[in-house]
Amino acid sequence: MRPGLGGSTVIVGAGQTEFSKNAGRTETQLATESITAALADAGLKPGDVDGLVSYTIDPVEETELTRAIGFQQLNWSSRVPYGGGGSQGVLLHAAAAVASGAADVVVAYRACRSRSGNRFGRAQVASSTSTGHAGTTATQWCMPYGVLTPASWMALNGMRYMHTYGVTSRDFGRAVVQLRDYAATNPNAHFFGKPITLDDHQASRWIAEPVLHLFDCCQETDGAVALIVTTAERASEFAQPVTIAAAGQAAIFEEEIATNHYRPDLSRMDGAISMGKRIFDDFGIRRDDIDVAMIYDAFTPVLFMQLEGLGFCAPGEAAAFIADGNLGPSGALPTNTNGGLIGEGYIHGLNLTLEAVRQCRGTAVNQIDGARTALVSASRTGVILQRHEG
Amino acid sequence: MNSPVRPAPLLTEDNHQFWVAAREHRLVAQQCDSCNELRHPPRPMCPHCGSLAHSSATLSGRGTVYSYSLLHHPQHPAFTYPVVAAIIDLDEGLRFVSNVVDCDPHSVTIGMAVTVRFEPTAGDGVVPVFAPAPKTGSQG
Repeated sequence: MRPGLGGSTVIVGAGQTEFSKNAGRTETQLATESITAALADAGLKPGDVDGLVSYTIDPVEETELTRAIGFQQLNWSSRVPYGGGGSQGVLLHAAAAVASGAADVVVAYRACRSRSGNRFGRAQVASSTSTGHAGTTATQWCMPYGVLTPASWMALNGMRYMHTYGVTSRDFGRAVVQLRDYAATNPNAHFFGKPITLDDHQASRWIAEPVLHLFDCCQETDGAVALIVTTAERASEFAQPVTIAAAGQAAIFEEEIATNHYRPDLSRMDGAISMGKRIFDDFGIRRDDIDVAMIYDAFTPVLFMQLEGLGFCAPGEAAAFIADGNLGPSGALPTNTNGGLIGEGYIHGLNLTLEAVRQCRGTAVNQIDGARTALVSASRTGVILQRHEG
Repeated sequence: MNSPVRPAPLLTEDNHQFWVAAREHRLVAQQCDSCNELRHPPRPMCPHCGSLAHSSATLSGRGTVYSYSLLHHPQHPAFTYPVVAAIIDLDEGLRFVSNVVDCDPHSVTIGMAVTVRFEPTAGDGVVPVFAPAPKTGSQG
């Protein structure tokens, strides 16, 4: 059955701070700046907002944010678990709230100091079996073994994937070269003006041998992104609305998030398979309708595994698909045109959604000609955005 | 010898059977008292039958390397690098994140036969780890 919220909501405002390695101000300030930019983009005022959603692990507190920005009354608020895998869930929550009438104008945001503050990639032994309400406790089964970082958790899946399909680090490197090419022409990207060769990728140091070189890893970034969602009925009030054509989640039995070690076959992402069925098949959208894709590239292997899980290529065929140039601007599936989380920066996946909005508006720095429909996949959550046809 | 000592595992009401058994050098998993299904990681309810009643089953300690990776960076003072991170498929069909020890890290392969052994942690804890299985001899 087709979910009721397909096409019934629109993104009407998009904003960000600069992305950096040391913002020098609190996450609360970063959130206020990105939300203020998104409100200005939409032509709205703080008092127009009545709903708020972020990630469970976002450090900004709702009342402090309200006090700083001057929201007058929030009729609805929510948080989404699963870390970056849940990143597109903020759009699912916002769309569901707006479509149901629980709220009229929802701000979805994420504010990080994941380089100058609480570094995502640091080696730290957990002080709690919970991981800050990320939606999992499974890191407790990794910590006594020195398996302490997202790279170390996800390298285990990546290794099994390489083993099953004969994929090599050079295969991963070809994808990274493409991402860095996009980043090189994106002034917002950490790696602006810094393209690499396959040899550069191979020469970068091992993080998790033989799976992840340094250049296979996403950035640790300070910054914030905010998006504003309202009903499609109001779209004509706004300059650049983008339709949320589909939004979904597939959190499946025994599938963990970054510590996903218990599904029977770790050379595939079962959640991505289910999530793809949800946002494509349940919403009646074809894979070949997608003009440009944003695929959560925390580490290169998960980009490959999502391309396969979502159905853009058969199992084991992502390497050949990428080697043929299909992620590039003239390929079959231009992907992560901002440089991705590896090349642009890591606002925990929400900067991918921002890039999808820009592609649908026709305002991206690496604009894909004729882009009308954009996918954003974070494996267990995803959205399909479309240029609004008034 | 003054080698790095692993951090102690964190005990909760849900997981303490696993870590208490490890102190006795036993590798265990929860087993449902109602439908007898084994499960790991531990959890309060059997997802197959809904029973809250469970016991600890001692496992064979024999398995194979399902996946692995040699961790080089970042480094934590409690470990020796490269850390051999591994996923072990136990013969009983359960899966454990662990380390492969007592061998050259670069000799580890997927499919390698391993057996459990135990290493100390800080705070008088013990963790199960795995070492290459002894070559099977003529005694079978």
